[in-house]
Amino acid sequence: MKFLHLILVNLRRKKMRTALTLGSFMVALFLFGILITIKTALGSGVDVAGVDRLVVRNRVSLIQPLPIAYREQILRVPHVEEATFATWFGGYYQDMKNFFPNFAIDVSTYRRVYPEYRFSEESWRAFAEDREGCIISPPLAKKFGWKVGDRIPLEATIWGGTWEFNVRAIYETERRELTSPELWFHYDYLDERRGFWKGLVGWYTVKVDDPASAVEVAAAIDERFANSPYESKTETEKAFAAGFANQIGNIRLLMLSIGSVVFFTLLLVTGNTMASAVRERTNELAVLKTIGMNDPTVLVLVMAESVAVAAIGGGAGLVLAKLFTLRGDPTGGMLQNFYFAPRNLALGLALALAAGAAAGIIPALGAMRLKIVDALRRV
Amino acid sequence: MVRVDGTGTGALVEIRNLDKKYHRGGEEIDVLRGLNLDVEKGEFIAFMGPSGSGKTTLLNLIGGLDTPTAGTVRIAGDTISALSGRRLAAWRARHIGFIFQMYNLIPVLTAFQNVQLPLLLTGLSKAERRAHVEAALALVGLSDRIHHYPRQLSGGQEQRVAIARAIVADPTILLCDEPTGDLDRAAGDEILDIISRLSKEFKKTIFLVTHDPVAAKRSGTLLHLDKGTLLECTAEGPLACKPEDRGQ
Repeated sequence: MKFLHLILVNLRRKKMRTALTLGSFMVALFLFGILITIKTALGSGVDVAGVDRLVVRNRVSLIQPLPIAYREQILRVPHVEEATFATWFGGYYQDMKNFFPNFAIDVSTYRRVYPEYRFSEESWRAFAEDREGCIISPPLAKKFGWKVGDRIPLEATIWGGTWEFNVRAIYETERRELTSPELWFHYDYLDERRGFWKGLVGWYTVKVDDPASAVEVAAAIDERFANSPYESKTETEKAFAAGFANQIGNIRLLMLSIGSVVFFTLLLVTGNTMASAVRERTNELAVLKTIGMNDPTVLVLVMAESVAVAAIGGGAGLVLAKLFTLRGDPTGGMLQNFYFAPRNLALGLALALAAGAAAGIIPALGAMRLKIVDALRRV
Repeated sequence: MVRVDGTGTGALVEIRNLDKKYHRGGEEIDVLRGLNLDVEKGEFIAFMGPSGSGKTTLLNLIGGLDTPTAGTVRIAGDTISALSGRRLAAWRARHIGFIFQMYNLIPVLTAFQNVQLPLLLTGLSKAERRAHVEAALALVGLSDRIHHYPRQLSGGQEQRVAIARAIVADPTILLCDEPTGDLDRAAGDEILDIISRLSKEFKKTIFLVTHDPVAAKRSGTLLHLDKGTLLECTAEGPLACKPEDRGQ
């Protein structure tokens, strides 16, 4: 701490150079913040997936349906505790830009499979007893200012027309990652009113009594429907969610590639800056050693300068990224859980500090190994 | 008492059979050859000699900035030629104050901050450091320039800040490498006055390297270095050592 002042004044020597290096870190960490938020948003389903749940979908594609009659057959498979189903509705509120996920669910079984969503008995009953009732998430309620009792019109993209729902409940959950804007309503209401695909559902979610039996159960379900007009594909909820996220490409590889290039460039830029700074101050470093500063302290001093640049620039970039994400999903519905989580923020800061340390290590070692008499002779 | 024949015992500075060789372009250059020197505490020694005679090299060896090729340098009981790394740095911080020709102040720090630097390596509190720095700057007559940056000071004032930095930790020995070499006569005299005062009033042991006979005249003993050998100057020799012997 005694040398903090020296570190800070050294950063102010070449203001333009420091500003540009800080800017590099800021842009890189802002980009990191946005990319990891996109990645998290796309994979949010993966993170919330239950280990004791399987998803059964049409073998051909996720957009192909399965018969509602399958539920009874699925329940007969050993280790299956419960099976519920849902169907993608694809409605939007007033304008396409107000799109958000909305599903028709099986009211009688959904709660037993998804206990992480909580409701008061009273509000659940109000929803269950109202055929046109719906449940919304807290972010959706906040986004449009909806409250229990409101009547909401949604334009249906698949089945056409305007569908009206009564808000009967807003679910609660302690898990932040589960609260993306979404709406659930009665499957019965959908099936009664739609003009086609009657008696068909989008997918089943199956709860097993023992996660260890998941592979066995999945195989048994798919075997049961093999060679039928609606062959199934059963996978863990995590694999299902990951597959859903990967429909738009290998996000992880894309993010990793962009991130790696950015950080490598950052390393070169900062390393060059620190090398120049040390070269210009060779004489001063020799003087510090002359008055008794030991080699490890000189190493730490130079490293600290590099890490300070990383912390200030990187920190600013992360704060900007956080502010950007606070505005919510910039795509109008594709990234429902667009949230810069604290753990990602900490990861970003750790990466910035690591990049700062890596960029500073070679110039710092050079400064540490500097021979006083040689350095003084260079004046 | 100063001896160059290697027969002294118990002096503050004891140098025995000191050799220093440099390698330059595949050629070996003998800078110092079998040098002996004993210096008692409180002596003020000036080294003179032609360029390349090894004056600065000797100063660097006494200050622990460089290591000898052979021989020993023993100061205040410590064989510093055998010390290395952290121990040598710590020894330097405790025993040595350096004054350079080009002042070597850190331009982004004020006079106060420059002088405070050696104290940052000690366990002194902030208040204690402040008291020491203010006393050192007062001694060199710069109490009114305490918050000035080097660029706001004249050359003579910069060198006075450098002297304050050299003495602030109360070192045993002051090593001055041509401290007036970059100054005009008036400013140089002011610097020599301060160095003389440090010798007389504060009993500091001082080694001064200079090309300037006027500066050398301020010393208590003048030693001549030539081709890596230290010559004791006597009244009968080619160079006078004691001020009274120089007939000036």
